[in-house]
Amino acid sequence: MDSRVLLSGNEAIARGVVEAGVRVAAAYPGTPSTEILETLSRSDTMDVRWSPNEKVALDVALGASLGGARSLAAMKHVGLNVAADTFMTAAYTGVGAGLVVVSAGDPGMHSSQNEQDNRYYARLAGVPVLEPSDSTEARDFTKTAFEISEEFDTPVLLLTTTRVSHNRGLVELGDVEDHPATGFSSDPAKYVMIPTHARMRHPIVIDRLDRLTKYVEASPLTSIEPGDPRIGVITVGVAHHYVNEVLPDASILKLGMSHPLPLDTIRAFAATVERLFVVEELEPFVEDALLTAGITVEGKQHFPRTGELGPDAVYDGFAGAGVLDPRPPPEPGPETVVRRPLLCAGCPHTGPFSILKRLGAIVAGDIGCYTLAALPPLSTMDTCVAMGSSIGMAAGLAASGGAAGPVVATIGDSTFLHGGIPGLMDAVYSKADITVLILDNGTVAMTGGQEHPGTGVTLQGDDSPSVDLVALCRSVGVDDVVVVDPYDLAATHRVLAAATSRPGPSVVITNRPCVEAPVKIRDNPFEVVTDDCTACQLCMNLGCPAIVWTTETLEGRPKVTIDPDICTGCTLCAQLCAPAAIVPMGGPS
Amino acid sequence: MSDDVRSVLLSGVGGQGVVLASRIVADVLICAGYDVKQSEVHGMAQRGGSVSSHIRFGSKVASPLVPLGSAEVLAAFEWAEALRWLPFVRPGGAVVADVRRIVPPGACGDRKDWLTSYPALNAEVIGPQTVKQRFVDATAVATELGNAKAANSVILGVIAGFIGVPDHIWETSIARFVPPRTVDLNLAAFREGREAPPVDLKPEPTREDVATVGPPRIELEQSWCKDCGICPRVCPEFCLAMDARGKLQIVDADACTGCRLCEMLCPDFAITIHRDEPALAPGGVT
Repeated sequence: MDSRVLLSGNEAIARGVVEAGVRVAAAYPGTPSTEILETLSRSDTMDVRWSPNEKVALDVALGASLGGARSLAAMKHVGLNVAADTFMTAAYTGVGAGLVVVSAGDPGMHSSQNEQDNRYYARLAGVPVLEPSDSTEARDFTKTAFEISEEFDTPVLLLTTTRVSHNRGLVELGDVEDHPATGFSSDPAKYVMIPTHARMRHPIVIDRLDRLTKYVEASPLTSIEPGDPRIGVITVGVAHHYVNEVLPDASILKLGMSHPLPLDTIRAFAATVERLFVVEELEPFVEDALLTAGITVEGKQHFPRTGELGPDAVYDGFAGAGVLDPRPPPEPGPETVVRRPLLCAGCPHTGPFSILKRLGAIVAGDIGCYTLAALPPLSTMDTCVAMGSSIGMAAGLAASGGAAGPVVATIGDSTFLHGGIPGLMDAVYSKADITVLILDNGTVAMTGGQEHPGTGVTLQGDDSPSVDLVALCRSVGVDDVVVVDPYDLAATHRVLAAATSRPGPSVVITNRPCVEAPVKIRDNPFEVVTDDCTACQLCMNLGCPAIVWTTETLEGRPKVTIDPDICTGCTLCAQLCAPAAIVPMGGPS
Repeated sequence: MSDDVRSVLLSGVGGQGVVLASRIVADVLICAGYDVKQSEVHGMAQRGGSVSSHIRFGSKVASPLVPLGSAEVLAAFEWAEALRWLPFVRPGGAVVADVRRIVPPGACGDRKDWLTSYPALNAEVIGPQTVKQRFVDATAVATELGNAKAANSVILGVIAGFIGVPDHIWETSIARFVPPRTVDLNLAAFREGREAPPVDLKPEPTREDVATVGPPRIELEQSWCKDCGICPRVCPEFCLAMDARGKLQIVDADACTGCRLCEMLCPDFAITIHRDEPALAPGGVT
């Protein structure tokens, strides 16, 4: 056996963080970045913590860096929007010890609301951005990022994508460095960004970019694979491997740092090849910079600007450019079923959404599992934009006078703590006629069940104080706060109908835990007495994955059955079933 | 770069254990001395959605993703998920498909002709481009061994037959990754999978023939209705609603499927659902 281990990109970043001797790591969960902190949580030399949102995570990491400890903040790409306020000015303050911000992008939007290209943040802030292409580089670039951060006194953006973060590859483990915290030295001209000080810092940011450019010209982050002089390709991130796959003989210039760019090296490379291409995912970030610098390149006229690249998209791009032989489009596969993600069987969100549909509510949704209620058959969400946006948007919808029904904001417990509280204060302050439904399932469910400040448990599983949601809502001025059991459909209907019919802001909080995390909840499953089923389809309206049609029908309508392996015994369907055809398996429990 | 790179694609439904199985395959290939890249998508796909894992191995792997038409083995843990990934299989490749069907509720959505959109179990749709087809009922094999959850190890046994790494390496990896108490069970399941007889696809159970029943018509006797609000709370198709003055209205008569919930639950007998012949009998059609 050798010393190589199979690590995902996220595990490799965590390994790089350990090897770099990092002392403090903070993050808010978000696909595809979540596993970085989860992997680090086992460290006993590092302060590793979930923050309530990405801005707090970056604030913590920046503070720790100024205190002389190497620090990490990790987030998904849209998390950097939340942290951007700190990020932009951290570029001015610079760092104490090394500070690296991981932003995990999601080209193709496997689990995101947009596919923004965060390299523009590096250009906007004037900081360097590194783009690893696989697990080995994820580990290596993480360590390099800390070195650059300290050498150039700058935060460094480390950018991955779903494919890099979730791909596993072999990584040779390195030694763990020791970087004791060096201590905080007060330096108001550097760390207190009042206008007088900030004016002195901005030229330093610009000068730093010049020095970083010289660095990257000579750095191993920039590498050349000589090949066929007719075709030169500049590759960035995972696209490098797709180019290697389809054009193994091309001349390749691989960029590990995509801002600032090693323009002299690129010019010299360009002079050695007949045609020069840039292959990068999402926006023409490098391509535009090269065109601005007067370097002739081809790029996005051949390769897609949307979605994830892959070997096929890269092949077709080079075929379109006349470099590779065109090939016929693939034979389409046989028809198969559309399989959308679903709320789980027994999900405590299902009941409240089925009732909001019945009430004809206009639902301003938010980011979390419950966003799946937007899909059929529940189809009960009218907006979903950004973390915490539901409450402010609901207030705006109500203020518009254009909503033909009661306006309800639906938001999970963690999303509420992340970004919902200012919206609720606004709803109180502006006397908005909305109901805020806080779906408290006691976890960050969508990303796999992480802890947060409301769960009373830390990332390491230790007890901590927890936020009291009822007291919090009352303290910001909501008088009308009701807690309801979302498995009790009648009570939930009554509470939501009453809350939505009263003027002014109201809050309804559901109180059932997620059925998947932190523990799997499985009660006695239910079954259908087929002879009693009238095939009315009311239970099918729940969209429960445990309930499906059988081949038996009544008047042409299929009767239903329940998969006992999936059913959690939540009782929702049994509560709906008018002929009482849905009963506990093996008799009443 | 090398041109000896081979590809395996695993597919299934969120919660089936595709990710664990693919980690075992990747571990086996590493232990056999290959460079390996393995890639899957997390996130929303875990909520009962379609899950796939790309495994590529050889002396030096470039792309972590399998190019179209290049997988040597497609192993699907569920029937519909075999069909979804067929375009990735190379000519002469192998398709291993569990005959297990996980029908999503969305496939039961058509309330006019009531047909499910789930694809039929039919070997012919796998098509002529793959010369090797192996259909297994892994759940049945695992259940026979005492626990349906070992089904994935049965499929690993079938896959092993196409990859050419010695069984003892597979067994070591399986033992390393599965929960300690289930090692013997999973090893037995793997060995069953190595020997598992192919399953012949039986004809689909078809829905019993449906007599033509005319479209339903809702008759509301306004003078008997006291606007109690029960029927609009239960109508599965949202045909009935209370208006702004609190009066019951038929708002979408065309959506009515004739389920009679409103008729059954109306305390005042104010609603009647009419259907053309034939008349009903509980439990079936005439």
